[in-house]
Amino acid sequence: MSLWKIFSRGIYEENPILRLALSLCPALAVTSTVQNALTMGLSVLFVITANNVMVSISRKWVNPKVRVPIFIISIATIVTVVELVLEAFFPALFKSLGIYLSLVVVFAIILARAEVFASKNKVIPSFFDGVGMGLGFTLAMVLIGGIREIFGAGTFLGYRLLGTWYDPPMVLILAPGGFLVIGCIIGLMNVYQERLDKMFIAKILTTPQAKDSV
Amino acid sequence: MSNLHEYFLLFMSAAIVNNYVLTRFLGLCIFFGVSKSVNSSMSMGMAIVSVMSISSIMTWTINHFILVPFHLSFLRTIVFVIVIASFVQLLEIVVKRFLPNLHKVWGIYLLLVATNCIVLGVPLINAEEDFNFVKSVVNAVGSGVGFSVALILMASVRERMEYAKIPKAMRGLGSTFIIAGMLALAFQGFSGMIPK
Repeated sequence: MSLWKIFSRGIYEENPILRLALSLCPALAVTSTVQNALTMGLSVLFVITANNVMVSISRKWVNPKVRVPIFIISIATIVTVVELVLEAFFPALFKSLGIYLSLVVVFAIILARAEVFASKNKVIPSFFDGVGMGLGFTLAMVLIGGIREIFGAGTFLGYRLLGTWYDPPMVLILAPGGFLVIGCIIGLMNVYQERLDKMFIAKILTTPQAKDSV
Repeated sequence: MSNLHEYFLLFMSAAIVNNYVLTRFLGLCIFFGVSKSVNSSMSMGMAIVSVMSISSIMTWTINHFILVPFHLSFLRTIVFVIVIASFVQLLEIVVKRFLPNLHKVWGIYLLLVATNCIVLGVPLINAEEDFNFVKSVVNAVGSGVGFSVALILMASVRERMEYAKIPKAMRGLGSTFIIAGMLALAFQGFSGMIPK
């Protein structure tokens, strides 16, 4: 598999939130504003990449029987580093993320990438896998956060986007909004995917050689 | 007596009013993964309640007697994760050895619980809010019960939805999210019932 393929599949095909439905807690809890969503996304991007590299480097001398505890300790260490850095330099952001930053430790997606990919591959592919997955996660977070903030509060990153005529429905900022927005995004993605599949099939059927083979 | 009153309010708050799943979004992976049938969600609820109450006792003890006196609070996340994950593994082995029948129903859910947002989140919240021992346990049991309630509600809705005519794109994950949104809306109605 080429590096580009490894990198890009995390963004759409195997998007951690929208396709695999892993690590949903943060996707709902901290996406009421874009700023929180972005911070969370970047923290996860860092943790998943660093952890993939660590696991990949140490894969030769970790006994497979104890690999999961080792992964967990490695993830927890990196998360603690991120926590301390954020607390020191961006205390306000750290506060608004609250407990969810510590909970990055148990995100299924990070453990899953370590187990499925990094423990079986060399360092460089693991690095790109981590960056791709993290980027997919960040993009999905910003997408959900953007929809919720623009339509739920009329602002984007704190700047007023929609005029005072817009009466925002509070529900989008509150808890239920997160579920509804993600549900709708998944539905739209499925519609889009179906279109793509149909176009693909139509293309195959119209090319002459394919017709013969069918 | 006033203590009892306080504990009761805390329990209701954790279980219903500030339901951990539907208003604080902890434990969603299991919430969407296991809620396909009412039976399995009951076993899951049982596993969650027992694991959370015991692990909150353990983490409280460690936090109170080791981490805080030695100024090691920054290691909280690492220590809690390790303690809970190893405890769940141990519990699984013990149950497998002594209660094989229970293990058949339970085993897989126990392993799922090992690294899960809600199981780690509640002890962390307990430590952050500086709850005393009884309060920590009450909070853990309450949130476990709240989780089970949400899970069973979700599972019963999904069982009925099995034969419904849903647009193709929304089948599966999409409709599940919308149902969860509706449930969360319902639980939103409880908000503010307990003054903070």
